[in-house]
Amino acid sequence: MTRQFAAITGIGQSEVARPSSRSAMQLTVDAALEAMRDAGLTSRDIDGVACWPGDNDNGSPFSPVGPLALKSVLGIETNWYGGGYEAPGPLAAVINAAIAVKAGLCRHVLVFRTITESSARQVDRNVSSLANKTQGRDGSYFWQWYTPFNARSAINMIAMYAQRHFHEFGTTSEQLGWIPVTLRAHAALNPNAIYRKPITIEDYLASRMISTPLRLLDCDVHCDASTAIIVSALDAARDLPNPPIRIEAVGSALSKPWSWDQISLTEMATADVGRMLWSRTDYRPSDVDTAQLYDGFSILTLMWLEGLGFCSVGEGGAFVDGGTRIGLGGALPLNTNGGQLSGGRTHGLGYVHEACTQLWGRAGERQIRQNRVAACAGGGGPLGGALLLVKE
Amino acid sequence: MQRKLPLLTPENSAFWQGGANGELLIYRCAGCARWFHPPAPVCPTCNSTDVGPEPVSGRGSVYSFTVNHQAWTPDLADPYVVAIVELDEQPGLRFLTNIVGSPPDAVTIGMRVRVTFLHCEDVWLPQFEQDA
Repeated sequence: MTRQFAAITGIGQSEVARPSSRSAMQLTVDAALEAMRDAGLTSRDIDGVACWPGDNDNGSPFSPVGPLALKSVLGIETNWYGGGYEAPGPLAAVINAAIAVKAGLCRHVLVFRTITESSARQVDRNVSSLANKTQGRDGSYFWQWYTPFNARSAINMIAMYAQRHFHEFGTTSEQLGWIPVTLRAHAALNPNAIYRKPITIEDYLASRMISTPLRLLDCDVHCDASTAIIVSALDAARDLPNPPIRIEAVGSALSKPWSWDQISLTEMATADVGRMLWSRTDYRPSDVDTAQLYDGFSILTLMWLEGLGFCSVGEGGAFVDGGTRIGLGGALPLNTNGGQLSGGRTHGLGYVHEACTQLWGRAGERQIRQNRVAACAGGGGPLGGALLLVKE
Repeated sequence: MQRKLPLLTPENSAFWQGGANGELLIYRCAGCARWFHPPAPVCPTCNSTDVGPEPVSGRGSVYSFTVNHQAWTPDLADPYVVAIVELDEQPGLRFLTNIVGSPPDAVTIGMRVRVTFLHCEDVWLPQFEQDA
């Protein structure tokens, strides 16, 4: 059983810098031109543009360039385009592009994501505060339940998820620390990563506490970067230079309310997403050669490992302990470019870019040996979506 | 910065202002008798519109918590506790709040708590303290 939505045919990425001297639009154009070139296409061939979360006309450093602007700048004649935050997490634009292609609305979609949080934080280090999402009184349907209690950052929510996971399953900081430690080792082999100097578990445990039990080294690193992916119709993909990477299955389910405190604190959206993903393919978790799983905070990666069935619920701590299984030579090489924890918070599409880099055998010193099937997941809290990618 | 306060609406004002009378008011459905949060004009379980705020006991237990150490702004330099409290009225009936009146390090999951209100302008924030 397979839906075979669409395929990825090219990838591109700007410099990943902390901060970059290039403008948000320049970074975006860098990534887009590289992705189109990689796919053997020009902007004349592109007829769709997709972005998550889009710009919403406010120029936020969280997403300063949206599909309307990029379509115009590149002169793309679109048959379909779309953006917007209210979708299943940071991989939603890839899912939307696959849907648009599968529905026959367009043939080649330029999917992109730009972020300039690093340069924005040079000016205002609280630019991403939840309290700054609204002006004056908080009239947001979601954030008003948190900001009055001085929950100023997503880390306050996600720290409570970690605390609950520790409580229910006996997960420890000593186990959780193997995610940032192992990912730093991967970043050491990635010339584009932000932080490349190896760290130890002792370094992790000594790093500053931000919101118990999460430390500084549990948090991803802000950067300025843009990532672009070309999603093409399957028949069109087979005429292009790269072996198509099929979007074999998608997980986008959410059975609980979209809320940071009304969902399961130890599953978030991951279990719903995992159930949907594996119900739509004959592949199993054991077929996956590499996992690129959201690591905005380390505990989220651990929950994705459980939610996508790479280990049993509650066993994530034991699974990552020691770092062997998730290392480059392990059973499930994880976030092989260093993830967002060390590589840089490209926020979503970076996982797809790295999955394709590995599947196409372009990963240099960090190249894994088995490289046909990859799983990608994006999001924390109620945000969640996943892709299963298979190289033809 | 000053504490961020919610914009009051017909649905949320009972929750944010019940403390004026010392009451924690949570929405309940007359159709299926279930409590739900956040408040809304319809029950998420049975979609009955016969819903409205009712007082709860104000007692519950800490479902999870975190001690925030990052001084996001200068007024938040001291560690403070953000928690999710589950109310006694119904399993899963919970919301994000603060635990006050105890040293942050003394808070544990499962700790019994009772509501206490912090009055700010026209809002009474339902926080919790240890229920001795």
